[in-house]
Amino acid sequence: MNVALSPVPTPRAPIAAPPPMAMLAELTHRCPLACPYCSNPLDLAKASEELTTEQWIDIFRQAADLGVLHLHLSGGEPAARRDLVELTRAAASFDLYSNLITSGVGLNENRIKDLADVGLDHVQLSIQGSSPISADRVGGYKGGYDRKIAVAGWVRDSGIPLTVNAVCHKQNMDQLDEMLDLAVKLGARRIEIATVQFHGWAERNRRQLMPTKEQVLKANQTVAEASKRLEGTLVIDYVPADHHSTYPKACMGGWGRIGLNVTPTGKVLPCHAAETIPSLIFDYAYKTPLADIWYNGQAFNAYRGDDWMPDLCRSCDRKSIDFGGCRCQAMALAGNAAETDPVCIRSPLRNQLVEKAAEDAAAQPGDFVYRGR
Amino acid sequence: MSDQPQVVITDSSVVKLPRGVRLRRDPVRNHMVLLAPERAMALDDIAVVIVQALDGVKSVDVLSQEFSEKFHAPKDQIAQDIKAFLTELSNRRMLEIVQ
Ligand code: SF4
Ligand code: SF4
Repeated sequence: MNVALSPVPTPRAPIAAPPPMAMLAELTHRCPLACPYCSNPLDLAKASEELTTEQWIDIFRQAADLGVLHLHLSGGEPAARRDLVELTRAAASFDLYSNLITSGVGLNENRIKDLADVGLDHVQLSIQGSSPISADRVGGYKGGYDRKIAVAGWVRDSGIPLTVNAVCHKQNMDQLDEMLDLAVKLGARRIEIATVQFHGWAERNRRQLMPTKEQVLKANQTVAEASKRLEGTLVIDYVPADHHSTYPKACMGGWGRIGLNVTPTGKVLPCHAAETIPSLIFDYAYKTPLADIWYNGQAFNAYRGDDWMPDLCRSCDRKSIDFGGCRCQAMALAGNAAETDPVCIRSPLRNQLVEKAAEDAAAQPGDFVYRGR
Repeated sequence: MSDQPQVVITDSSVVKLPRGVRLRRDPVRNHMVLLAPERAMALDDIAVVIVQALDGVKSVDVLSQEFSEKFHAPKDQIAQDIKAFLTELSNRRMLEIVQ
């Protein structure tokens, strides 16, 4: 008999990672709105699959022990969870800085007071446009705009600081100035303006959402002017369209370096779109200790350091700045998550990407494909 | 040109941290951090002392006087450092101007 002895494969030495700063807890995928660019996956988790209150609280405790400072309570619509106040109280008891990322729908005056009382640190309210008609069309929910205005008022009364968050795209980019005014009027200290990213639902709405180059350049200018004009009144955090930039963004501040996401069912991801990469293995926070997942999990170690990088990036002077860009974008556009982000000017796929974007930008928008409908 | 007057921190300014901005110990990284929405700033010892003294009652001038005695340093210099630091916080909307 001939038995071939093969050496036991040595596991790849885990790469020293810093402790995480932030955790995004996607408490639920349920949401009354149906934004066509929603970052939730196409396969939405059902209410019956969601983690229990106790499971979430245990995850928050582990996150705090691990070094997480900011806890983002997100969704779907986190207000769809009946235990939102209880979860927030638990987060505060672990000294986590809690941020509620909400559409506003599902919140009322009393609930906001309760959240303020248990120590919610901050509210981030999304707006879909600057007028009721345009905003409610994008969100796919009638009355959403009016509810948001009311919610902003209650948040302000409670003393909790408010950030307004707007995803901008082909059909609302020309309202940017009005959206900035709205944020000031609502009493926000900050506005986050992020150009739509084509993962998940947005990918299905490319022709409806892709902005033109002229729109992007004008938006850049509007933001630059507003940042000066509103200094001390409104902080503007802006994420420009990346395919009109030269280099990609350091997605998530680098893979497995800054933050982690937990899905409604407890799956722990290095970024919200990581499930689009088929080679990754994800662990569940109710089965494996969070510290173990962060430091030793296959998915987290897959793109740490530069071993995984293609030569183009490994030999590049920007590799410690952008870390080769977004893995999920490389997966979607290059068919391989370990490729250079095709957004990069040095990527051979860049031209193709820009052409495709220009084509979608020029297209007459059709009806939105609404999330989950 | 700015149509909104920028906040200017002077010797008579009285400030405090607004709700949503807080100082805490970070036991994992072993330093003090100032937390705000999407921001975590590690503070050095001097900055921690300043932040801890922002009570919404004492003016910059009073604080400068106190620190000057405590640290045996010229008051003018200290006042300048405090104002520069507070202006930075204010521009990031991490400060509430009481007066
Ligand atoms: S992006 Fe829109 S649909 Fe998706 S969770 Fe947020 S509010 Fe709901
Ligand atoms: S080649 Fe890679 S590391 Fe260099 S800029 Fe492009 S994406 Fe970044």
